[in-house]
Amino acid sequence: MAKLILNRLAKDFGTGRPAVSDFSLDVREGGFLALLGPSGCGKTTVLRMIAGFETPSDGSIHLGERVIADAAQALPPEKRNMAMVFQSYALWPHMSVADNVGYPLKVRGISGEAYRAKVGEALSSVRLADYAGRRPADLSGGQRQRVALARCLVTSPDVVLLDEPLANLDRHLKQEMEETFREFHQRSGATMIYVTHDQSEAMVLATDVAVMSEGRLLQVAPPAEIYARPEGRVVGGLIGRGAILTLPVMGSERHLEWDDLQDALHAANTDGADILVRPEDVTIGGEGAPATVEAVLFEGERYAVKLTLGNSQTLRGFSRVAVVPGERVRVVIRAGWRL
Amino acid sequence: MHGYVRTGNSQPAWLFPFVVITVLILSVLPLARLAMVGIAAFANGGVLTVLGDPSVWSATYYTIVTALFGTIISLVIGCLFAFLLTLTDITGKGLLSFFFVLPMMIPPQVTALAWVQMSGPSSPLLKALSIAPPLGSPQPLYSVGGIALLYGVQHAPLVYLALRAGLMTLPRDGVEAARLSGASSLRVFRDIILPLSLPGIIAGAAISFVSCTGNFGIPAILGIPASIFTLPTLIFTKFSAFTSRTFGDVAVLSGIIAMISVAGLMIQDRALRGRDYRIIGLSGASAAFELGAWRFAFTPLLWAILFFMLAAPFSALVAGALVPAYGVPLTFKTMSLHAFEEILFRQAVTRTAFVNSLSLAAATAICLLTVTVLAAYALTRRRDAASRIVSSLIEIPYSLPGIVMAVSFILVFAAPIPFLHISLYGTIWIILIAYLSSFFAVSLKPVVSAFHQLDPALEEAARLSGAGFFRRLFDIIVPLIAPAAGASVILVFLIACNELTISALLWSAGTQTLGVAIYNLDDSGSSDLTSALSVLVVLMVVVMMLLLEFLAKRLPKGVVPWRS
Repeated sequence: MAKLILNRLAKDFGTGRPAVSDFSLDVREGGFLALLGPSGCGKTTVLRMIAGFETPSDGSIHLGERVIADAAQALPPEKRNMAMVFQSYALWPHMSVADNVGYPLKVRGISGEAYRAKVGEALSSVRLADYAGRRPADLSGGQRQRVALARCLVTSPDVVLLDEPLANLDRHLKQEMEETFREFHQRSGATMIYVTHDQSEAMVLATDVAVMSEGRLLQVAPPAEIYARPEGRVVGGLIGRGAILTLPVMGSERHLEWDDLQDALHAANTDGADILVRPEDVTIGGEGAPATVEAVLFEGERYAVKLTLGNSQTLRGFSRVAVVPGERVRVVIRAGWRL
Repeated sequence: MHGYVRTGNSQPAWLFPFVVITVLILSVLPLARLAMVGIAAFANGGVLTVLGDPSVWSATYYTIVTALFGTIISLVIGCLFAFLLTLTDITGKGLLSFFFVLPMMIPPQVTALAWVQMSGPSSPLLKALSIAPPLGSPQPLYSVGGIALLYGVQHAPLVYLALRAGLMTLPRDGVEAARLSGASSLRVFRDIILPLSLPGIIAGAAISFVSCTGNFGIPAILGIPASIFTLPTLIFTKFSAFTSRTFGDVAVLSGIIAMISVAGLMIQDRALRGRDYRIIGLSGASAAFELGAWRFAFTPLLWAILFFMLAAPFSALVAGALVPAYGVPLTFKTMSLHAFEEILFRQAVTRTAFVNSLSLAAATAICLLTVTVLAAYALTRRRDAASRIVSSLIEIPYSLPGIVMAVSFILVFAAPIPFLHISLYGTIWIILIAYLSSFFAVSLKPVVSAFHQLDPALEEAARLSGAGFFRRLFDIIVPLIAPAAGASVILVFLIACNELTISALLWSAGTQTLGVAIYNLDDSGSSDLTSALSVLVVLMVVVMMLLLEFLAKRLPKGVVPWRS
């Protein structure tokens, strides 16, 4: 195992706009990094550069002491000791499940008892020991996913890359696989990099979340940290379901309370700082600022309410009791975060 | 640093240069040599002597006229089959399609021989049925009309396949929308289907025309007895009467053929311009029309055409093989298997021809497979301007008439190879190289389409597993494209086995192919042996086509030409 360092990485496909630019990131050893961003933001390109399928146009990638790629030369993927779970799983249809899982061992010249033991171990760790003789075509989506995972597990790679592995699964299966991934990470201790556009997946799985937009890295932090203290409008809008208000608040304190916000809400002018307000920090009722209910969604345990404030900015909140669109209410914002 | 490569490209550094060099040798070198000799002939005034020869002009005239009428006939038959088999609910489509494509795979000289055996005053079949014309009446096929008719029969499947490919992508919802707008079946056909299928018809006509101009087997059998020479047969006779001027002359004649073909293709380009109808919406206009009572007219019509195109000529061929000599009527008393025995066990010439053709075909198919797997890999993974140029260079020798390629290779190898001092002319190797050049495109197409269907992640997963280029080639890629590679081998084998045009110019004593043997046997007048050999060749074709038919289920779409 070794630390993976991306140093000022850039990739330009010659399309006019670089796919990735000035991307620097240290992935801690044994960490589980989620690379989060909207589609087309360059996150898959970063992953493919780490794997070696693309060469960086600038910058370098280090694994431990070694440079594995820079603009001049690159170690080919077959020599990087990495593994990847592809979005399409990439199982070889002409091989049985056991052969698929054992192929990396076969390439490394491992055979006989050691081979069988390792394949068996990898298959049972994803609970597929009974399926060893089947063809990938005979398996369900979730089972194929687990075969792909077992293939990654079998050679104890330095880095495991996952390219939107849950994108093709239904919601129920997603939860089950999230569990499997977490278990896999704890047991193997491998450094894992997980590309996704789904923030809830990233939050649930990762030890660190890196948010990307338009080819640039915006922020890296543990999930709780990035949720509580996002940097900038893009990250604030991507993580969680908060609303961003523009309010004329004073001072430079980033964490704001109701006392700081109250006056700003009543002020007529709206230029000022961007304030992120999480819906769980919004209380409907009491002596707060006036607002109009725009829309209400019943979510089972509560109502999600979209509100319009007096200065016509949109706010999101939760309510335990039913409200109806058009209703005039009062809201208290217990906490806000200056972006 | 050890083990590092220049780029993240998945290909080893030697791969693309290897493909480029192969293409340079197989495509660029012969055509460049042809052009050089042609230009030299211009420079020393040889061209004027050639062009002053009236036989050249009459051959050019006959080539164009027979090709034009042949194309019209193939268009009529090909379109009829394509429309009925693709758009209507006629029964027995699979069987009809298989039989209809068969003539394309049968060597043209065999088709010509079969038709000669079927008609005329000495036809054993007609005699057996007592409907033969009186002795002394002329053989009607030895004429411009006869040549054109057989061109039509031989190339109708090409039109069929080109049009069918277009019809398969017709928008079904477009047809349904026209129906709901109140159009009758006939109007839908005239207003929607005909305009949309025009590109397919034009493409089919162009392929048919180019194939007609380069055809050697049919005018050799039907034209030479009546002193009707087309350009390919004229080149052939020029080589038979070899003089010091022959090379320059044939270079100019091949140039004329190439120009006629290119003109045909340019007219096609012109006609296709502005007709690039991108199909949007649901495609697959299968069974858009119900024939209803018309089926009782069309089904017998199609089978009757197939009877005259296939069953009757083949029976005549069988009859010709079973009688001891041409002109003897077929009865139970005259019938014998003597001719088969003779060609299979006694005649050294035919045995050599079998060995030559089969080994040439096998060598061509296998060499090409090795090259095409590598070339297809390099070309599908690169997708840049260089790879597009290489792809079109591979196409050129296949789209030019075989006789042009044969002449080019003669010009390349007539003198010993410099430095090596080896002479390939007159050996079997020159035929092999010409085959490799001509059939490269045939071999490449199925493999490329298989590569396009392959998920690149399958190879990437193998790379991350640690497999190097050859390792993943043999473990992952080859097994996954195996069905298409198998189809490519069979297709090339089939075409190479039955080839006459190239080997007719390149053979010499001991290197004759099956096509040459059939032609020579006919030329020497042993019609029973010719027929017997032809029957065997047709059976071989049918067996290989059936093999492909069985493979078809496991193949990507469009690999087996006659299946949808």
